[in-house]
Amino acid sequence: MAKVSMTVNGRAVSGDVEDRTLLVHFLREQLGLTGTHVGCDTSQCGACVVHVDGKAAKSCTILAAQAAGSTVVTIEGLANGAELHPVQAAFKEHHGLQCGFCTPGMIMASVDLINRVGPGKLDEKAVREGLDGNICRCTGYHNIVQAVLSASNAMAKGGKGKAKAKAA
Amino acid sequence: MLETTYARAGSVAEAVKLNKAGKGEGKYLAGGHTLIPAMKQRLASPSVLVDVARIGELKGVKVTGRKVTIGAATTHAEVAADEKLRAVCPALCHLAGHIGDQHVRHRGTIGGSIANNDPAADYPAALLALDATIVTDKREIAADKFFKGLFETSLKDGELIKAVTFTAPAKAGYAKFPNPASRYAMAGVFVAGQKDGPRVAVTGAGDDGVFRSKELEAALGKGLDASKIDGVKVPPKGLMSDIHATAEYRAALVKAMAKRAAAATAS
Repeated sequence: MAKVSMTVNGRAVSGDVEDRTLLVHFLREQLGLTGTHVGCDTSQCGACVVHVDGKAAKSCTILAAQAAGSTVVTIEGLANGAELHPVQAAFKEHHGLQCGFCTPGMIMASVDLINRVGPGKLDEKAVREGLDGNICRCTGYHNIVQAVLSASNAMAKGGKGKAKAKAA
Repeated sequence: MLETTYARAGSVAEAVKLNKAGKGEGKYLAGGHTLIPAMKQRLASPSVLVDVARIGELKGVKVTGRKVTIGAATTHAEVAADEKLRAVCPALCHLAGHIGDQHVRHRGTIGGSIANNDPAADYPAALLALDATIVTDKREIAADKFFKGLFETSLKDGELIKAVTFTAPAKAGYAKFPNPASRYAMAGVFVAGQKDGPRVAVTGAGDDGVFRSKELEAALGKGLDASKIDGVKVPPKGLMSDIHATAEYRAALVKAMAKRAAAATAS
């Protein structure tokens, strides 16, 4: 057992975990942040993607102890109160989900992609390639791609939530 | 996952010392994107995990003239995005940018990849073709002597990779046919135009891990002319047969990827 401390969604948190505890289990079971999902548990599906020190990462493949001292953002940390993050709003607007299980990871990966490439600088091919670490079994991806392109363009125009998105 | 003990090292010396406490059952942990999945499946159960990911002296890409040094804990994303490296060896940036997916590339490291020596990993082909040197806490090992077979290297217990160095060749190219699910190479070919002729290394296809193809090297010649590969017969003997592809199919893939890699050296 070890005490780990990190910043999650802007809040300093700490907890006692076994050395083998995965970050996703620390987030879900100790912090109650159940928005981050465990899909495949074999590092392939991307449902567990969160941001660790500003970079998209699979929280099922990182030990909580490895993330000690890091800054973590989960899907719960994106919205500004009742105001959705532009990527969340675009997924809603464009029906970028059906069952919703992959959606938290899909959105965290999309925010990372837009931040990395720059808002407004994505095309369809870049979105499809950029999201190839996230599997969706419902949508056929079409509406997800539309949502990410729409969000990217909205963020380039300085849509609400831009500053928040950059921080995430 | 079976129980383990996690320890974060601040320096190479501390990492080696912490690993020794594992009494031969310790493992170094960098990105952990092979080791942690293997631990979940109980294929690996190290007594001590020594986290080397934050050791400053293991991080970063240095380019002096055409001499390249990549710290062992440098992530695939960092290698892919390094502009100094792209200027002298764009093929390696291309390779790093196509390992796994973006989330994997944010965590996985070059040192971890080569220490694991997965027979379908990308970096072993590059290092073998680039005639690279693997620098550890104890010695320097030529890539030719480093990769020993499936998941096997010449690293001794507790030996830690510090960096990879090579002299960027005038021309290089890499092409792979990824498995659509895992994105590991079903055949990946790295072509490097060295002074004394081409070095062509193949990953994903060999029964005994990464290897150099004498047939392809002889055919390509110094000009690295992709069209000269047309007449080459890549023998299926010694290639892997599994649920994804037969040895004969992999032989055809090796040839096709070699043509693409050679063509890429011209760009």
